[in-house]
Amino acid sequence: MTADPKGVLTGAHYLDGDHAAAEGALAAGCRFLAGYPITPSTEVAERFAARIPKVGGCFIQMEDELGSMAAILGAAWAGAKSMTVTSGPGFSLMMENLGLGIMMEVPTVLINVQRGGPSTGLPTLPGQADIMQARWGSHGDYEIIAVAPSSPQEAFDYMIMAFNFSEKYRVPTLVMMDECVGHMTEKIVIPEPEEIEIVPRKYYDGPKEDYLPYNVDTDMIPWMVKAGDGYRFHTTGLTHDERGYPVMNAECQDKLVNRLLDKIRSRVDEIVVLEEDQIEGADTVVISYGISSRVAIPAIEQARADGMKVGSLRMVTVWPFPENRIRDLAQKIGKFVVVELNCGQMYYEVERAAAGNAETLLVPHAGGWVHDSEDIYQAIKGGER
Amino acid sequence: MNELRISGFGGQGVIRCGYIIGKTAALFDNKHATLTQSFGPEARGSACSAQVLIDDKPIRYPYVSVPDTVVAMSQEAYDKFGRDITDDGTLLIDEDLVKPGEVTGNRKLYAVPATRLAEQIGNRIVANIVMLGFFTAVTGLISGEAAREALPSSVPERFVDLNMKAFEEGFEYGLVATGKAVEGKKAALDAE
Repeated sequence: MTADPKGVLTGAHYLDGDHAAAEGALAAGCRFLAGYPITPSTEVAERFAARIPKVGGCFIQMEDELGSMAAILGAAWAGAKSMTVTSGPGFSLMMENLGLGIMMEVPTVLINVQRGGPSTGLPTLPGQADIMQARWGSHGDYEIIAVAPSSPQEAFDYMIMAFNFSEKYRVPTLVMMDECVGHMTEKIVIPEPEEIEIVPRKYYDGPKEDYLPYNVDTDMIPWMVKAGDGYRFHTTGLTHDERGYPVMNAECQDKLVNRLLDKIRSRVDEIVVLEEDQIEGADTVVISYGISSRVAIPAIEQARADGMKVGSLRMVTVWPFPENRIRDLAQKIGKFVVVELNCGQMYYEVERAAAGNAETLLVPHAGGWVHDSEDIYQAIKGGER
Repeated sequence: MNELRISGFGGQGVIRCGYIIGKTAALFDNKHATLTQSFGPEARGSACSAQVLIDDKPIRYPYVSVPDTVVAMSQEAYDKFGRDITDDGTLLIDEDLVKPGEVTGNRKLYAVPATRLAEQIGNRIVANIVMLGFFTAVTGLISGEAAREALPSSVPERFVDLNMKAFEEGFEYGLVATGKAVEGKKAALDAE
């Protein structure tokens, strides 16, 4: 199906990444945002709150991030497309209920406009040091999907992608933006509603008495109903069977947890989105995501101009990790150069997947600004920083 | 690539001025333009700035390194940002609010009484738009036509006329200051 025209502000705009993300959410059909303000993410909620009365929907400023995350899970079960938005410290507070969303298989979207950390760190300056928290921040075994935009246009586009992932796989999906992209203003073009592909929610339409909230087909994705439509359903963070009722034993745990993992793991190749450039025949492949992928381009171009064979692999989706692609490339190239605004996070994933077949170098940065092109160039060139 | 810094004190609308420059270039002059701004406690009431990059090609590195054009609408902003400019850069100041001192190298200085002109046409709040008009005429980094297209959707609806008038005041002043027009609004428009 295509987008509901009510939420789509078709045309060219000059917007910052935060506002563009809010427009992306509205275009994707999101009609409920619950959040708690925190720099540098507040402008997403401001834009959404200003626009939603005319589009038809609801914005609630909650008492905190725990409540925000809980509210969007409830809203999704009531039939809305929902989201929240936060930054570092708030992201930490959302982790418990993110796990609840994963366990209850709630389609919803969480934006983290990353700033420098740990703790309150650098509220007004960029970082990408929450990228591992995005993967492992909540407790227990799980798989998650996350995307990383590098411009306001991508903030818009990837919001739609994130909502579609969340609906298709019934998993909370993370948009790992950063302060630089959030507060950067550029041209964005919003297409016509009929040009925007929307993945509809997988609703149950069988007899009411037969509905089981966690019954699945071979696709491993359960059918959803709307609270209030007269279906009996139970959902919980406790380990549950297909009825949604708690079952406290290893057998049920094994079945449920492995399904939550497999519904993502078995589809990594269809989920992963990579932008590859001149990988064929490259000696070095630069791996990056979000703002760092954009800052890496001048260094890559300079290295190519100097005669080096440099490919670029930009991670549009940062989770699930493109394990197969990295393993495959490691057999063919000399080294990976990982550029990220942290002191080594995705780097260790790349190194693990490279498994000694290719050298893996990190161009680290503790956050607070973006990389200097020269540092990236030197890593590509010499391997020494 | 052109690198600009628009500075003044918080409340003068310098960020808005930078926003309109970027919007004009990106939406109406068919170029690429990236705006970033300084955030934090220092932005409130004291020197603050917006940075704009304008290029024909997509912009990768999002921040200004050394600007070639600096607009300063307060002394503090001038003192803070006025020397951080390329050797042959262009400085634009509100002449009633900034005492520039000696301008070194091949740098060019253009002055406009932006706040005074804004007061004359009815409200000092549009001093930033007088400066926008002046900037447009002096630097040519955005076209006057494009700026006039970008302006109405960039200011509150009830102040569109006042802002358009402020733009023309600054634009005309800039044409005269750079010798592109002798004097008067008609001459200014003819010259464009």
